[in-house]
Amino acid sequence: MTEPLIQRSPALRGLRRFGKALTTPLAPDDYLALINPLWSQRELRGRIEKVVPITDRAATLVIRPGWGWSFNHAPGQYIGIGVEIDGKFHWRSYSLSSVPLVEGKTVSITVKAMPEGFLSDHLVNGLEPGTIVRLASPQGDFVLPDPPPAKMLMLVGGSGITPVMSILRTMDRRGSIPDVVLAYSATTEDDMMFVHELRVLALRYESFTFYERFTDADGLLTADQLDTVCPDWREREAWACGPGPMLDAFSEHFESEGRLDHLHVERFTLNLASGGEGGTVTFGVGGPTVEVDGATTLLEAGEKAGINMLFGCRMGICHTCDVPLASGSIRDLRSGNEHSEPNEYIQTCISVAAGDCTLAI
Amino acid sequence: MAYADVREYTHLTDDEVDAIGAELDAIRAEIEASRGQADRDYILRVITLQRRLAAAGRITLFASFFPPAWLLGTALLGSAKILENMELGHNAMHGQWDWMNDPEIHSSNWEWDTTQPAEQWKHSHNYIHHQFTNVLGHDNDIGYGILRMSRDQKWHPANLGQPAYNALLALFFEWGVALHDLDIEAIRKGEKDIPLLKKQLRQIGRKVGKQSLKDYVMYPLLTGPFFLHTLTANFTANIIRNVWTHGIIFCGHFPDGAVHFTEEELEDETRAEWYLRQMLGSANFKGGKLLHIMSGQLGYQIEHHLFPDLPSNRYAQISVKVQDLCKRYDIPYTTGPLWKQYGQTLRTILKLSLPNKRTEDNPAPLSPRQSRRLRDDERQNRRSELGKWSGAA
Repeated sequence: MTEPLIQRSPALRGLRRFGKALTTPLAPDDYLALINPLWSQRELRGRIEKVVPITDRAATLVIRPGWGWSFNHAPGQYIGIGVEIDGKFHWRSYSLSSVPLVEGKTVSITVKAMPEGFLSDHLVNGLEPGTIVRLASPQGDFVLPDPPPAKMLMLVGGSGITPVMSILRTMDRRGSIPDVVLAYSATTEDDMMFVHELRVLALRYESFTFYERFTDADGLLTADQLDTVCPDWREREAWACGPGPMLDAFSEHFESEGRLDHLHVERFTLNLASGGEGGTVTFGVGGPTVEVDGATTLLEAGEKAGINMLFGCRMGICHTCDVPLASGSIRDLRSGNEHSEPNEYIQTCISVAAGDCTLAI
Repeated sequence: MAYADVREYTHLTDDEVDAIGAELDAIRAEIEASRGQADRDYILRVITLQRRLAAAGRITLFASFFPPAWLLGTALLGSAKILENMELGHNAMHGQWDWMNDPEIHSSNWEWDTTQPAEQWKHSHNYIHHQFTNVLGHDNDIGYGILRMSRDQKWHPANLGQPAYNALLALFFEWGVALHDLDIEAIRKGEKDIPLLKKQLRQIGRKVGKQSLKDYVMYPLLTGPFFLHTLTANFTANIIRNVWTHGIIFCGHFPDGAVHFTEEELEDETRAEWYLRQMLGSANFKGGKLLHIMSGQLGYQIEHHLFPDLPSNRYAQISVKVQDLCKRYDIPYTTGPLWKQYGQTLRTILKLSLPNKRTEDNPAPLSPRQSRRLRDDERQNRRSELGKWSGAA
């Protein structure tokens, strides 16, 4: 229902095809983007409308997407955002905190500046309204089912609140929140994002229980405390989003209780399991996987696995073998540098796996 | 070591060769570390300029019935095509801008405004030519399979027509490039993989179709009654681009001083020796900033061959360091004004249309230090189809 006009209208599609015959090998967008950067759907673009502080270290970015964006994401999904810093594009993923609506023509993400996260810091403190960013379509299956289950439990730590916020806001907008328990941990009250909005929500809906936990004072929420915080958790469909160790602990607990099928988990932090080299390489998302050591190049590994990979000089000069890294990290054998930016192109002929990784082939 | 056979290097010790390699690696590292906003701004400026030139040319040609508009429109369109092919297409497809992590200016996505599909160019040029630069029998850029460009290539009576073939190649260079990756030589010998050939022909057909539809059907039709005026303007713009790119490219490896190699010199080649081959096999030309931009910075062919994937706007800066290195190690660095380099190229084409015995070889004079260490007696048994190594002629 919310396909962008440019794709919905046969006349516009025809016009674009006609335009393409005139601008080949480019697209008409490449010329139009010179007038307005949002007039291109070759790479999805967005303009930062405003940056709203949420806490000292977190801010909501309101983005107006350009052509080709459909406002039909599911609450809980995340988008990719590519920001240019010193000539280079850096990509990260953030949950959409806005509800899926065409009205207003904007989407928003909420970003928390991490101590070592140079991009998150830049997003919270450095983005001027008017900045043009690149966007990647919403994805992820940490979403609210339709209709929602009667009883839900949400286990949230830190910035893991953002997809949950999108889910709660969507239910609020529909005017009905089922029996939902939210257990949300943050280090301090000042650091808890959306705390006032959540408290108001809890006052307005009897069915919504908001359990706040400040870990600096009360310590981490452990899995065995679940019986106290939410005694009927075994009857609920559960969603968990937060730091890796927290998710591991809850996953383990749910598994031992035979409830793992009812736990939906979203991980935001990369699992850098070991400092050691090598790992499981996946060729294409959902594609075949191969165990490789830290000395075999990704190109060799792929060829041994029978993957049809482009290659050229095999010495890092011709770039015939470049593929985007979907996730995980690799090491450039020449410089010794590790690369773990999603969507970054890597040269497979001179790169090895630095832990598990997935190539977008 | 095979490199000891190459006249220009006989004075270098193995340690010196390694040191040269290390210095060049250091130059690469330095440039890589300093790439940033200014470089991105540069390429975005060129892209904007190129698209404005193209748009201005197309719009002007709506008045193509009016001769001054025909001239101006053709010139604008021709310059746009030159800029696209040289500074943008050639360099983007080399991966010079991949570090920006921008899919719109990336070697894997760039498609250029000419008849050869990008994918095939990346194989024939980026891989074959840059890996096997000037190695006879491997690098099809030596004469594009049409011209005899080295004394080591066997003479055939058909070579007498060489000046004419060259003129045709210059006019229709785009088409010569389009067919380049098919490897006509392999087809003639029956060694070509047939499914691959079919795939390549399909790709070329699609690309040629799109390009021709644009230049020879769509735009001429849009100008209605001036169909023919616009068509001739577009055709001329393509020819201008062809003649220019042919000239620039031939100046990269065929002026006097640029050396061709045989397979033997390639044996056990180290990375440092690969660098040396790139330096000795390439030739620069001098000129102003505009000339360098319009030639895709290929006036810095030596620097381009050393570092094919570093951003082109840095070659001028790299050139200063490379010239200093060449001076210190007494390595030839071939350069000169464009007209002189082009003149030498034409002279070579003319000369080599005749058999070797009818023409003189004019090797660069040797320094006494170099000639002392020549080992002519070892340079006899080369591959027979390639003839004799020129240094021993």
